[in-house]
Amino acid sequence: MAKKKRRSMLYIPGNNPAMVQQAGVYGCDAVLLDLEDAVALNQKDAARILVRSMLKTVNFYKTEVCVRVNNLQTPFGLADLEEIVPMQPDNIRFPKTESVQDVRDFMKEVRRIEKEHDIKDPKMTIHVMIETAKGVANVYDIASCEPRIDAITIGGQDLTADMGIIKTPDGAGIDYARKRIVMAGKANNLDVLDTVFADVNDEEGLKEETEYIKKLGFAGKALINPRQIDPVHEVFNPSEKEIRKAYRVYSEFYKNTKAGIGVFAIDGKMIDAPVVQRAITVLEYANIDIKDIEKSVDLSD
Amino acid sequence: MTPKFKAQAGTFESSDIMVLIEPVDEGTGRQVDLSSTVMLQFEEDIKATINQVLDAMNVGHVHLIAKDKGALTPTIKARVETAIKRSLGIQEGTL
Repeated sequence: MAKKKRRSMLYIPGNNPAMVQQAGVYGCDAVLLDLEDAVALNQKDAARILVRSMLKTVNFYKTEVCVRVNNLQTPFGLADLEEIVPMQPDNIRFPKTESVQDVRDFMKEVRRIEKEHDIKDPKMTIHVMIETAKGVANVYDIASCEPRIDAITIGGQDLTADMGIIKTPDGAGIDYARKRIVMAGKANNLDVLDTVFADVNDEEGLKEETEYIKKLGFAGKALINPRQIDPVHEVFNPSEKEIRKAYRVYSEFYKNTKAGIGVFAIDGKMIDAPVVQRAITVLEYANIDIKDIEKSVDLSD
Repeated sequence: MTPKFKAQAGTFESSDIMVLIEPVDEGTGRQVDLSSTVMLQFEEDIKATINQVLDAMNVGHVHLIAKDKGALTPTIKARVETAIKRSLGIQEGTL
């Protein structure tokens, strides 16, 4: 089955009904209904009740729905889980994860609530956020400790604050953390998602940063404004040339596999498993189902 | 349950509803005062939604003032629930 696209994940303040009710029509791959930093301390109760109520009723269409709860060390984290876990959004984002023990404590509460609500075989997955130097140091262990984690993400603003540095446009201060988190995620077959780009008026800067994180291996980026969706998709979407090449690679791969041939060449270049895997990824981003390619391949010669 | 404190929830933003709760004496019953930008079309629906939440929370005696700016049903339900819980002292309030 094709992996879900997570090129764009738009943060929406959990206490803003106008934005939450429209979340499914912005055109982003996922929405992050935020109960944490986007909500004032004296409105935490209102936000979690509103998000719970919206999850019951609102149609988010094909947009993946993730809820960012507060950390369990705060007075709000457990109350958030009590309201949100029974609703089973697609995923819950767990902020400021620093250790394996943090994940275990979090999952203990999630599983308890699911059991109390008789939720069998839950499909809701977990996104862990790495936002402290300690979290970066422990990231491989965190990424590998819980099978329901399917994405790992870097929180750039909190991380730079924790490190006592300023977040610069070139991202120098978080470059090591980005690369370390990508490796930990890839080693565990997780999607790795990038932090926000704070200047909503700087479209060129957003594109540059997105080009960079795409090269590093990130699957997508968190956004803070719907205006940022199209520029990010533009970067992540493959070009026509890339799609044509991927189509040809996969067609030839399918044909050769049917003939019992493992490695073959196109225009003198060797095509092996990693090249085929890259082609499949390009086709997924282009919304082309490989089953349709298989049907169209002529196996007669 | 009978509200103990004055409390409010929601905002005056578009698509939201501001709900104010005033405690009343036992036996007074419910009084719901509603104003809405869509009063002509939805007055009865909004009042029914408010009463549905009050029924579910077993609140028989209360003065509820609601200023609606076109909120959808899940928003109305959430704001009434939040205001009542705040007025019962179950959750931190804003007044």
